Amino acid sequence: MAVALELPKKKWIGQVREVVLGATEAEGGTRSTTVTVGGENTLPFLDFEAPVPNPPRIAVEIVDRKPNDWSPMLISAWGSAMDDPADWAKAVEELGVDSVLLRISLTDSGGNETTADKARASVRKVLDATGLPVIVFGPGQMDKDIEILVAVAEEAAGERIVLGVCDDKNYKTIVAAAMAHGHLVDARTAMDVNLAKQLNILISDVGLALDRVLMDPTTAALGYGVEYGYSAMERLRLAALQGDKMTQQPMLVTPGEEAWRMKEAKVGEDVPSSWGDWEQRAIAWETLTATALIHSGADIVVLRHPESVRRVKSVISKLWKKGE
Amino acid sequence: MALTGLEIYKLLPKTNCKDCGFPTCLAFAMKLAAKQAELAACPHVSDEAKAALESAAAPPIRLIIFGDTDQKIQVGNETELYRHDKSFFHMPGLLVRVQDDQPLDEVEQLVSQVDGYSVDYVGQPLNLDGIAVQSVSGDPVTFAKYAAAVRGKTKRPLILMADDPAVMKAGLAEVAGTTPLIYAANKDNWETMAALAKEHKAPLAVAAEGLEPLVEIVAQVRAAGVEDIVLDPGARGSHDSLNALTQIRRLALEAKPDRLLGYPVIAFPGQDSEGTAEESMLAAQQIAKYAGLLVLDHFDPAVAYALLALRQNIYTDPRQPVQVTPGIYDINEPGPNDQLLITTNFSITYFSVANEVQATGMPAWLLIADSEGLSVLTGWAAGKFDADKIATTVKSSGIADKIGHRKLVIPGAVAVLSGELEDELPGWEIMVGPREAVDIPNFMKLWKS
Repeated sequence: MAVALELPKKKWIGQVREVVLGATEAEGGTRSTTVTVGGENTLPFLDFEAPVPNPPRIAVEIVDRKPNDWSPMLISAWGSAMDDPADWAKAVEELGVDSVLLRISLTDSGGNETTADKARASVRKVLDATGLPVIVFGPGQMDKDIEILVAVAEEAAGERIVLGVCDDKNYKTIVAAAMAHGHLVDARTAMDVNLAKQLNILISDVGLALDRVLMDPTTAALGYGVEYGYSAMERLRLAALQGDKMTQQPMLVTPGEEAWRMKEAKVGEDVPSSWGDWEQRAIAWETLTATALIHSGADIVVLRHPESVRRVKSVISKLWKKGE
Repeated sequence: MALTGLEIYKLLPKTNCKDCGFPTCLAFAMKLAAKQAELAACPHVSDEAKAALESAAAPPIRLIIFGDTDQKIQVGNETELYRHDKSFFHMPGLLVRVQDDQPLDEVEQLVSQVDGYSVDYVGQPLNLDGIAVQSVSGDPVTFAKYAAAVRGKTKRPLILMADDPAVMKAGLAEVAGTTPLIYAANKDNWETMAALAKEHKAPLAVAAEGLEPLVEIVAQVRAAGVEDIVLDPGARGSHDSLNALTQIRRLALEAKPDRLLGYPVIAFPGQDSEGTAEESMLAAQQIAKYAGLLVLDHFDPAVAYALLALRQNIYTDPRQPVQVTPGIYDINEPGPNDQLLITTNFSITYFSVANEVQATGMPAWLLIADSEGLSVLTGWAAGKFDADKIATTVKSSGIADKIGHRKLVIPGAVAVLSGELEDELPGWEIMVGPREAVDIPNFMKLWKS
């Protein structure tokens, strides 16, 4: 008894916008490559339903100085490259990833506040050291972020970098800086479909084209609420596919940062024996958080550990087929 | 597919005899549709109508149970494509596979480790669910020996894996008294396997390469009288598994074709994977995307913990705000001079704050108010985390006996409450903390008792 099965394809009417990170010399920048994200009109990797034009991309987070709050496991993995953002960026590029995320610290190692000039110098170093598209995140404090990101935008004029984070309080200034110097923004909201949508609308109203906006719905680590981020992203992606034009931005999330803040990844001592080997656990924490997120629609995952990068890169290469 | 009240009414006797306790057949039909009455209450319903109603009421994915009464695996009964639409209900079983060509003592040791593995996750012990024993030797005597040895080391549910019904029969004889899952019926052996499944009242996995051949064998074993079925569509590796499992879930929820795919799916993430790393990421994918059973080829406590935590997260019911118990939480062994922070009992708020505090390495007291699972701002707006609630929490918690100072840090998002709080808590100094948990470490560094 032969059974003919009709594959259960859904007809989505919407599509995620394509966003290009980085600009080559011909486009007014100095990047050796650019990276395109988005463009899906199906759920992650369902190429039986529709072609998937671009795979999720990997960015690796580096800091403008050796961070003093990172896990010792990350410190030993990157070694002396962490002493200089240029060396660190080069080490990241050697992993074969798509982008470098440079985070500007609030203070230098001596406790002095990072000035706009200092931030410019760090960005310049990274732009000179790597040909990859660059994402720059401020220290995460409103006034300081504005001061630094405005200066950084000018320093990197034409490079089509991503400025982050852009939220509902600072968006006017950050968007203006992005528009003046040809950049993109990372629009961050707190794990909520409506907040994400509203920020896209606000940014668009100020005049930034939506093909310059990445949506950052925030994530949480495995074991610490990853399901909230997972479902917020899945709902956003479904809304995009159902035709809601204000949710059709590619999504950037930071599983590396979230996972490595958690005890499971960060610490090797004084933990239960059922937690197993520290390195295996730490990498599993980061890679499983990232895996869950790429299956809920992440277009860019930002990671921290080189071994996590190798693993996630490998799994994406197996999952992603263009289709048709 | 559930029937409407009117559809049910058409199947009832329409005599309005009131024997069911309702005034009319239509009223009874409406109650049935709302699942507030049982069909058995009608003594006059025809067998055809009963069959039609029961089949319509059956869940789109059949609930499959195996193991014994104390330790069992229950999977299936799922109704959703996306967890946010309602919830995922039965967490997939996580089992570890052993094979009868491995040294017996290593198998026994591994089974004991898997059996005894337990990790605490937010106050609950999480465990692996069982063992899959696979015949590689093809020899009934060897398989029986391994099945018996495994049974001797664990009471957890088992999957017996063999293609040759004679081998399967030998294994089944060794585990009598408990119900294993039989893996698997295929196009060549299904008739004998179906007979074994019926004889042992055990669920039967059906394996094929691709959905169409799979559906064919399912139809055959079902016609042979097997009702409890598990599907193996054969797709291995992350790409093929995701596409196949998504197709099966979609077809099952649409009851197509003829409900032949309305069963839980078994996955083997280690097969064709390069080691534990790839296996762990594929297992994570399959936990999120539609597997009912996962058979792992490696046991590593570090990976097991991560997978168990993910399974817990994905199967959390999104309709229930997840709460932690209100009260005093001590972090990094605080003393009387250490700082005191208060926030709500919404789990994500709690975990965000507790983790930031913990990550500083600084000792502190965290006071959790009962906001009924609401976050700081929503709780404040709803009157569940206002000055009154905070003051009551401070007074009733007994925190004043544990600390020598009288300084309370409130979330920056409710800074507006500080004046009112100083009135309600005489002698206390109210300090306004950061709005976001991520800024807590920098804030805490400024502490002077």
